[in-house]
Amino acid sequence: MNALPDFLTAVLRRYDFLTALAVVGLLVSIAEWSAARFTRGRLHGSALAIAAGLLLAGLGGALTGGTKGLADLPLLGGLGLLGGDMFRDVAIVSTAFGVRVAELRKGGLTGLAALVLGLSSAFTCGCMAAWACGYRDAESLATIGAGAATYIVGPVTGTAVGAQPAVIAISFAAGLVKAILVMLITPAAARPIGLNNPRAAMIYGGLMGTNSGVMAGLAATDPKLVPYAAMTAAFYTGLGCLAGPLLLYPLLCWLL
Amino acid sequence: MVIYGTALLAACLLLGMTLGGWLGAVTGLNRDLGGIGLSMLLLIASTEWLRRRKLLPAASQSGIAWWSGMYVPIVVAMACIQDVARAVSGGPAAFFAAILAVAFGLALTALLCRSAARISGDAEKLP
Repeated sequence: MNALPDFLTAVLRRYDFLTALAVVGLLVSIAEWSAARFTRGRLHGSALAIAAGLLLAGLGGALTGGTKGLADLPLLGGLGLLGGDMFRDVAIVSTAFGVRVAELRKGGLTGLAALVLGLSSAFTCGCMAAWACGYRDAESLATIGAGAATYIVGPVTGTAVGAQPAVIAISFAAGLVKAILVMLITPAAARPIGLNNPRAAMIYGGLMGTNSGVMAGLAATDPKLVPYAAMTAAFYTGLGCLAGPLLLYPLLCWLL
Repeated sequence: MVIYGTALLAACLLLGMTLGGWLGAVTGLNRDLGGIGLSMLLLIASTEWLRRRKLLPAASQSGIAWWSGMYVPIVVAMACIQDVARAVSGGPAAFFAAILAVAFGLALTALLCRSAARISGDAEKLP
């Protein structure tokens, strides 16, 4: 950081939140460009940006020995606010604004069944994986289980139930790995699993739920299917944020 | 005005989190129970109500829409502040969880798509 002149670092430090916005914007633009240039849109730019963020967080942690990734670097403290609980929560809730009740009804019973099945199977898979890796407390199990749903449901559940930061980071990573897997596998798996019509796309969106993964995967499979999958996938994270702390955690408390 | 939309969003979040905390207290778990999900339901209900009465002009909507546009950048920032070293030292739980969930999801899709197609005779064709 000594490479930058003092008058510049003073400004960057004083307006650390704006610094964070600029850095994230730069990161996203590089990722969008690389995704289009090197993966021909097969990997979503957002997923690449998130993966790069995780990588940089690891680097930041290694450099500073801290626990908050890049936010431990003196100039990038603003990232702690931008990526913190408050901004995360308000951004998640704001996505519900696009939802119309009429569309909710149109999705109908099939979509609802897929959502319930998808969430409960993801929770179960995540909890089993966490159990296999030696976690035995309800907080960690619920958080990693929720992370197998999406990278939002995991940290939201983890924060709600008071899980350890390391466990929340695992749940975030699980959600990210899932999103990338879905992106890459969908085009190849579409034919064998019968994913070639609107209803199947709605079912797929509800079962997989990971929004960026499903959207990018289907866009590479058949762009006409994207809106149908979006209809159900859009509810997955919201429903997951409701069900993770409200159903999964109490259930685990009761089981253990 | 833009602030009306943002204020509504903030109010829904505050109310939803309060409800979530209250639910947690009532059930004796003393944790936030679904505050985010409840906030989302509140936002859907309140914007739908306002929209029907034509009380949600474009400016107010943009006060909410801006935040949903910031969703991905905020998640990227969130990625930047994770404790990666501790997560990695936590073992392969993240990979196990993700791979298991995806495999299960694919199998369930195949199962549901086939049975749905059987029930309805044939699947809806794309227009």
